[in-house]
Amino acid sequence: MGAKIIFYLVAGLMILFSILSVSTTRVIRAAVYLLFVMILMAGIYFLFDYNFLAGVQLTVYSGGIAVLIVIAVLLVHNIEHRLERLPLVEYLWKGGVLLAGLIMTLVTMRQFHFQRIDGQEDVSVSNIGHKLLSLGDGGFILPFEVISILLLAVMVAAIIIAKGEVYKNEEK
Amino acid sequence: MIEGITIYDVLAVSTIIFFVGVFGFVTRKNLISLLISTELMLNAVVLNFVTFNKYLYPGHVQGYVFSLFMIAVAAAEVALAIAIIISLYRMDNSVDADDMDTLKG
Repeated sequence: MGAKIIFYLVAGLMILFSILSVSTTRVIRAAVYLLFVMILMAGIYFLFDYNFLAGVQLTVYSGGIAVLIVIAVLLVHNIEHRLERLPLVEYLWKGGVLLAGLIMTLVTMRQFHFQRIDGQEDVSVSNIGHKLLSLGDGGFILPFEVISILLLAVMVAAIIIAKGEVYKNEEK
Repeated sequence: MIEGITIYDVLAVSTIIFFVGVFGFVTRKNLISLLISTELMLNAVVLNFVTFNKYLYPGHVQGYVFSLFMIAVAAAEVALAIAIIISLYRMDNSVDADDMDTLKG
């Protein structure tokens, strides 16, 4: 019963903050609301007993990505900067179309019967670590290595793009 | 699974957050706001993976491990996107999506 109340509380707050995040006119507030959504999402993972995933969510998403977005906002905007709003008609028809899509998705999902399978769960960190580096059946060594190379490539690319040497040379 | 919570409840939450993200994506013009909406959508998708793993395949860890990979890819994507946004800002002094037509020549 207690877990149920906590789930509904977390889910309600998450939806509220996500709506606030896309509707506020201040970018810095949008970033902070996004941070709240990410922290509450980690709360849902904790409710699922996925502690390692919740920890990763907290460190990478709310600790890394949200802070990176806040810093980017501060670099390109004055803190008092307000976004301009679209005309109300645009909000109405875009919101209407998406609301129709949302209701259609929810109704379709309700009609689908999910086959629940009960089984023993082992999501301890040691099991996950073994699975990540295992070459055998059910191992994830290939995606793990691909992600490693991707992260290295992204680090190099981000430095090169952000330094902007190419543009400077062209101007000369 | 959480006592008293069915898979439909959790999927409904992730669906709503995903559509809120899409709404933000089609109504905003600022590049950083677009990035924030993308993050909302990605978060909803990761929640979907985790839910399916928890409710439908509790003996496996596929959904769990792929959520980890998706978080890593999302981090990479944000780092690159912010590098591009800052680089564009230094060129045009603007982060408005309407002003981004550099590649059109």
